[in-house]
Amino acid sequence: MALKRIIPCLLYDGSGLVKTVKFKNPSYVGDPINAIKIFNDKEVDELIVLDINASKEKRKANFHKIADMASEAFMPFAYGGGVKTFEDFAALYKIGVEKVIVNSLIQENPNVIKKVINDYGSQAVIACVDFKKSIFGKKLPYSYLGNKIKLSMVDYAKYLTNEIGVGELMLNSVDLDGTWEGYDYESIHQLLNSVEVPVIACGGCGSINDLKKVLYETNANAAAIGSMAVYSKKGMGVLINFPNRESIILE
Amino acid sequence: MLVIVDYGLGNLDSVLNIFKKIGTNDILISGDKEIISRATKLILPGVGSFDAGMRNLEEKELTPILNQKVLIEKTPILGICLGMQLLTKRSEEGVKAGLGWIDAETIKFNLDPTLKLKVPHMGWNYIKVQKQNPLIDMDSKNRFYFVHSYYVKCFDENQSIATSHFGNDFTCMVNKGNIYGAQFHPEKSLKFGMKLLENFAKI
Repeated sequence: MALKRIIPCLLYDGSGLVKTVKFKNPSYVGDPINAIKIFNDKEVDELIVLDINASKEKRKANFHKIADMASEAFMPFAYGGGVKTFEDFAALYKIGVEKVIVNSLIQENPNVIKKVINDYGSQAVIACVDFKKSIFGKKLPYSYLGNKIKLSMVDYAKYLTNEIGVGELMLNSVDLDGTWEGYDYESIHQLLNSVEVPVIACGGCGSINDLKKVLYETNANAAAIGSMAVYSKKGMGVLINFPNRESIILE
Repeated sequence: MLVIVDYGLGNLDSVLNIFKKIGTNDILISGDKEIISRATKLILPGVGSFDAGMRNLEEKELTPILNQKVLIEKTPILGICLGMQLLTKRSEEGVKAGLGWIDAETIKFNLDPTLKLKVPHMGWNYIKVQKQNPLIDMDSKNRFYFVHSYYVKCFDENQSIATSHFGNDFTCMVNKGNIYGAQFHPEKSLKFGMKLLENFAKI
């Protein structure tokens, strides 16, 4: 069977890599190309790079830089951020991106996504669902662009897989982002039971135990790590690193 | 001169990049018949559907020169993912005939529902090498990245040289003389893929 995956999720601000806490206060952590070279040596299963400012700043993906990143990634490489047109997707697949991650485009123009899936296959598109506790205490899909996603997480996930047809989901907790407190196991578990596609858990990972728990108790198909991949320890300095997968991944 | 065949499908740049990383310099991507005719080795990449693959090869009129190179001149060729499936006689995914160089057909995964496995087979998986071959060591533990919904079933079992497991064991590498196929993506499989491609470059 396909093995569970541990995936560094790198946040790119248009010029360098940063790390946020609860989606705020980005802190510089380094050059993306150097980081990717290190992750190659560390034999990571897959790599995610998200341009977190592209949509906000209304600019395109930096194709030239992404091509450089892809050329150093000898494992599957997923990219998201500022992808809006069919041509954007095509350009990314051509330069070596295996999967494109969509977020705000789902609200803006779902038909483009459907066309891409039709031509390139569902496995080429990952839908990223950011979620956050509302003021009433309920966890809901969250969009930093302010678009209101008026569905529960489960209903939104079903919409993404059944109506749009994406091949994979990435579930990202805004509240736990950068906190090292562990994943939102309950929300991830609930979502896993309601969709048929692989789910990547993201947000909050702080330890090897968190990884083991989310992969083998909660049963997520993959676990994304943010802070753990770019800092040596909680509260400590920048260090591009990756846990020993042999001690975590069961065969 | 190693030529990565450009027939309009496939992650050509990824394949080129990994060969450059392992030091293969006499290499280029091309869909030009004249350039392909001068190749000393060929890669047939591929991401997409079977009929799209065969249709593209026909439209670019590449099938005759590939037949000449592979069947007559015995130029070593490695088909990757869809590229491996195109080596077979036909596929359940489409209606067109394949290149037919390998005695096999391509069929869809039909998984036991109690196993709760979803197609496509996507992710890293180990492989078992059953036959001695120049591309990969029989004894070492090798994992590769797979993403596919169809797999190759050999009529001539001798042409299946490695298997992986998804629901059942399935052929993930084929070989017949100068013709090789890998269902997984060596260009996306880190050092494991690099070693395999290095060995192919040395044949």
